[in-house]
Amino acid sequence: MASEHALPSPAATRGGRPRDSVGSWPLVDRVAYLLCWAVGIGLCAIAGVIVVFMLVKGIAYVRPILLVQSPSAGASEATSGGFLDPIVGTLLLTAIGTVIAAPLGVAMAVWLNEYARPAWLARAVESGVEMIAGTPSVVLAIFGLLVFSRPFLAFLSQTSAGGSVFGRSFLTAGAIMALLAIPLILGSTREGLAQVPAHVREASYALGKTKATTIRRVLLPSVRPHIAGGVTLGMGRIVGDTAIVVILLGATLRLEGVGGLPGLSTLRGTGGTLTSYVKYNSPAGEGNAPQKAYAAAFVLLIMVLALNALVTRITSRHTRHMR
Amino acid sequence: MSSGQTTPPRARKIGLDGEPTLVAPIPVGSAPPHSRAGAAARNGRSSDVSAGSPPPATSVVERMTIEGVSLAYGEKWVVREVSLPVRQGEVLALIGASGSGKTTLLRSLNRLTEITAGATRAGRIVLDGEEIEQIEVNDLRRRVSMVFQQPNPFPMSIFENVAYALREEHSAGRRRRRRSRRELEPEVIDALHRAGLYDEVAADLDHPALRLSGGQQQRLCIARALAVRPEVLLLDEPCSALDPISTATIEQLIVGLRAEVAIVIVTHNLQQAMRVADHVAFMHLGELVEYGSSAQVFDNPRAQRTRDYVGGAFG
Repeated sequence: MASEHALPSPAATRGGRPRDSVGSWPLVDRVAYLLCWAVGIGLCAIAGVIVVFMLVKGIAYVRPILLVQSPSAGASEATSGGFLDPIVGTLLLTAIGTVIAAPLGVAMAVWLNEYARPAWLARAVESGVEMIAGTPSVVLAIFGLLVFSRPFLAFLSQTSAGGSVFGRSFLTAGAIMALLAIPLILGSTREGLAQVPAHVREASYALGKTKATTIRRVLLPSVRPHIAGGVTLGMGRIVGDTAIVVILLGATLRLEGVGGLPGLSTLRGTGGTLTSYVKYNSPAGEGNAPQKAYAAAFVLLIMVLALNALVTRITSRHTRHMR
Repeated sequence: MSSGQTTPPRARKIGLDGEPTLVAPIPVGSAPPHSRAGAAARNGRSSDVSAGSPPPATSVVERMTIEGVSLAYGEKWVVREVSLPVRQGEVLALIGASGSGKTTLLRSLNRLTEITAGATRAGRIVLDGEEIEQIEVNDLRRRVSMVFQQPNPFPMSIFENVAYALREEHSAGRRRRRRSRRELEPEVIDALHRAGLYDEVAADLDHPALRLSGGQQQRLCIARALAVRPEVLLLDEPCSALDPISTATIEQLIVGLRAEVAIVIVTHNLQQAMRVADHVAFMHLGELVEYGSSAQVFDNPRAQRTRDYVGGAFG
């Protein structure tokens, strides 16, 4: 048809004006451009190699039986059992850390973004959170051990026959793990709140709503994807941490309950996670069962990748509704 | 820009042409002519109103009085000594260039200026015989509701957007029971009807409001503002983010609504002011330059600055 001749096809016009060729750029720009490419491709390659290597190694050693068997302190690969307890430990610790971190992180984000009065306190909270975010987890773990060994916090962990408080348990480790997740949840939630236009808040006030109602019914639902994204990132941090597990959870092979109450005994007891299990069984650890280490690392990697996929899914699905 | 000077505008016979700027205050203690319960009984359906010259509203009643109001942000006065009447049965348009203080004046009517730190006000604003300071602020905002420049539905369903407005705040002492969907449904549907939106969304009440088109979102915001049965409806450039067709729909709606609620509209669009307003107030650099009937201000402006503005010399 005539009109088709008059207009070039959309494919030909895609991308707007024709690109300058890189060859015409100044030398410095060309070098910088190539470096950017090289770094980008290099990072992708490293990530790809890690995943492929762990998949190959892991799949070679993962047996379904390993997922349902408790570990034991055998001297060889054949007698050291599976890693059911570390899997349960990872899930339990992540759950405890998230349950503590999510409400605190969201509440602090709301306070910082919507109230922030007095200003000096807001500034202090901001720098405090930044400091925690920058502190190595092993430092947080040592600090946690110091705090949770105080006699008045004995109910959180085990007390030895001599009366000294052990300080190591799922509860204490989970509490310190929450410190790792809070900055991520807070940051993500704040970012979301900052994106909600002022006139949306005003529209709610203009309907005679209080600030509290506006936050609960308008702002928090608006930033739900940001909260979910932050929580998932925080969970990733918790799943991946080793230092706190070794120092505050005891890094025992099995879950060792304390006291008679079912459930609570596990929470007050020690245990290990996949990270501490991998460390223990790696050639550098006491267990020295590298095949188990690879298998457990594979499972851990799958868990982290699944969490990352979840973050992408949650954030991309909701962004088109945000303005 | 200046079609108002060449084309004679529609004649509006509501008996208020050429009013002087100053306004007689409502005697204190006089009963409000239209109580909120009375407003609930009137149930004007906007769809009955056709485009073109609107039928004159049946009665004109003063609901709000602005007396010598000045507003400042910090040290800077942005509105000086403005006095205006706000009447049910007519549309009052505030026109003027950017920075003339019209939006600030509008926002002071429901005390929304108070959420800006450093904002101060002098002068009296009276709503049905009661100074607005004397009214609890959230009550005031339900009686004087507002629609914004950008359509801003909340991230919930269409139904819930309107229901949100209807659910009353728990005030400190007495906790109210949260009203169920079944209880709220007639009011929600009625509000959507009055905003001329119901027929388009009847089947999708549970769909997210953010999926509506811009014009529909703005009418949802109007429905939300009408749901609480306000005495005054403030519109802050409600069509500036919309296409011409949505704008026409909303203008028609505004003209139809003036019988049941006093309407104040801020607009940059002079043609829009001509189309919807019964009275026009022209503001410049915080001062009220001229107030009069739409016909008078556009065809026969008294002040030179008004003549320049409506003639397109600046703005």
